[in-house]
Amino acid sequence: MSRLSRFVDRLIPDRVLEKTAQLPADVGELGVDPFGYDPKLVKYVATPVEWLYRQYFRVQVHGMANVPDGRVLLVANHSGQLPFDGMMIGTSLILDRDPPRMARSMVEKWSARLPFVSVFFARVGQIVGTPENCRRLLAREEAIMVFPEGARGISKTFDKRYQLERFGQGFMRLALETNTPIVPIAVVGAEEQAPSFANIESLAKLMQMPAFPVTPTFPLLGPLGLLPLPSRYSIYFGEPMRFEGHGDEEDEVIFRYVSEVKAKIEEMLEAGLKARTSIYL
Amino acid sequence: MSTRTKPEVVIATGAAGNLGKLVIQELHRQHAVVAVDRRPIRGLPKDVTQLRTDVRWRQIEDVFRTSRVRAIVHLGLIHNPRGEDDQYRFNVVGTQRLLELTAKYGVDRFVMLSSANIYGPDPDNSYFLTEDAPLLGAEHHHEIRDLVAVDRIVQNFFYRHPEVKTVMLRPVHIVGPRVKNAPSNYLRLERPWVITGFDPIVQLIHEEDVVRAMMLASNYGESGVFNIVGPGEAPLSRILQVLNKKTRSVPAFLAKPILERAWSVGASGYPPPELRHIQYNCVVDGSLAKRKLGFQPHYNLVDTIRSVVEYRR
Repeated sequence: MSRLSRFVDRLIPDRVLEKTAQLPADVGELGVDPFGYDPKLVKYVATPVEWLYRQYFRVQVHGMANVPDGRVLLVANHSGQLPFDGMMIGTSLILDRDPPRMARSMVEKWSARLPFVSVFFARVGQIVGTPENCRRLLAREEAIMVFPEGARGISKTFDKRYQLERFGQGFMRLALETNTPIVPIAVVGAEEQAPSFANIESLAKLMQMPAFPVTPTFPLLGPLGLLPLPSRYSIYFGEPMRFEGHGDEEDEVIFRYVSEVKAKIEEMLEAGLKARTSIYL
Repeated sequence: MSTRTKPEVVIATGAAGNLGKLVIQELHRQHAVVAVDRRPIRGLPKDVTQLRTDVRWRQIEDVFRTSRVRAIVHLGLIHNPRGEDDQYRFNVVGTQRLLELTAKYGVDRFVMLSSANIYGPDPDNSYFLTEDAPLLGAEHHHEIRDLVAVDRIVQNFFYRHPEVKTVMLRPVHIVGPRVKNAPSNYLRLERPWVITGFDPIVQLIHEEDVVRAMMLASNYGESGVFNIVGPGEAPLSRILQVLNKKTRSVPAFLAKPILERAWSVGASGYPPPELRHIQYNCVVDGSLAKRKLGFQPHYNLVDTIRSVVEYRR
């Protein structure tokens, strides 16, 4: 067993080791933080993910300097059927930021019911998205990744690509309440990793999934068809936005603030799409 | 006049239980204790007055007539999952009765031991539930129903009798060399079950740390409900690793029917709803007790875990 683990350890590239070793963590006696995150496991996950990041999606990052230290809400558009966009944003914060940061995303509630997935998410620092969890993490000065479009965004069909769905408002109330800056993020490229022609809601319901997309490869190729296509990713980090308030404002006020963030992301998406020279090649 | 001459005592219920004994030994250092249980009481210090009675019966009131009762420390809830027939009544009516006597005889304090299981393990749970989180534990686990009912009665009492200092403690899973509850017994299994693909965050507290919290609660100057949390939290798998346990991994869809079958024929001592504790999180926030009661566990996590296999009586 230890021979195997030594062998696996040798497969981890130094540049990954160097970055993951710098991740701050407040772990208890048994090696995990209070939310079940184990910083020692990150390097194992980061190794294949680094390959996806550099070789497969060939991620280009712009504006990383806009991500401050201390508590921050990273608010991004959501697309691509499977949350590789979240994975790539998280990876960019580890590999391309100095010092690296662990982004903790607010994951779908139903993931806590899934065997293996629930444990995997917890160990790599991802947390079920409840306001209480978010509040606690912000109080610990963590970086929280939020996709206010939620399942609406990630499972939308290809004809609606790069059109933002309705934004949830919870993140704005939390930002106001905790006086947390918001960094708007635009991800270009994730839409094309799994272009979906239809979302069969009845099947999704039957299988207790948030969506049942039909893509060129799924369900045709079975589970293999869930693998994303190698589209080029660009991630744009906008300047931090700060809003003044207490979090108990009327819905209209919150809506106005949320619209500002949404408009900013739309603007960044548009610029990103214009700057894009190739989708896959 | 007569109240002056009466001896002052503290009543402790659940005296025959393992935790009850520990609490009474501690209380006994500071107060004259009347130990109450309807089961035979053994192994208490000699000068502790023992009273074998059901708290719903008249005999208990004699203590109030002949002594000045300073405090009631109520550990006398039955948690037998096999459920004696009158368990619910005993727990609910018994607690109600003690509260009535508390009000009637002007008892200063009422301290009760509840449980953090009252919130219930659930996939939708946030981490670190505070004392005002909904009490959903009874949804799947009928044993918890008693605790929820008792909790309501005690909370109601807070408002009707603000003059009584009423404290309710909700500790996480209590483990230790002497307690024989479901979590301790689970950790003592040769090859404990785990649910395939699940590894919830678990909180444990050493029995002696619970006693310490009870003592702080019985000297606390106000009323309140407090989660009592031990030395941190850890995934179940790591806790089992500390004990060098080999586990048996059972998929959720098999675990439930198998355990239900085993439970119904008496081949297992674990009620099927306990499975949720090894599948989902029920993590609570103990910061209020730390702030208000000044409670800090003395045992660290590894020692707390190891204590279950140290010594059995």
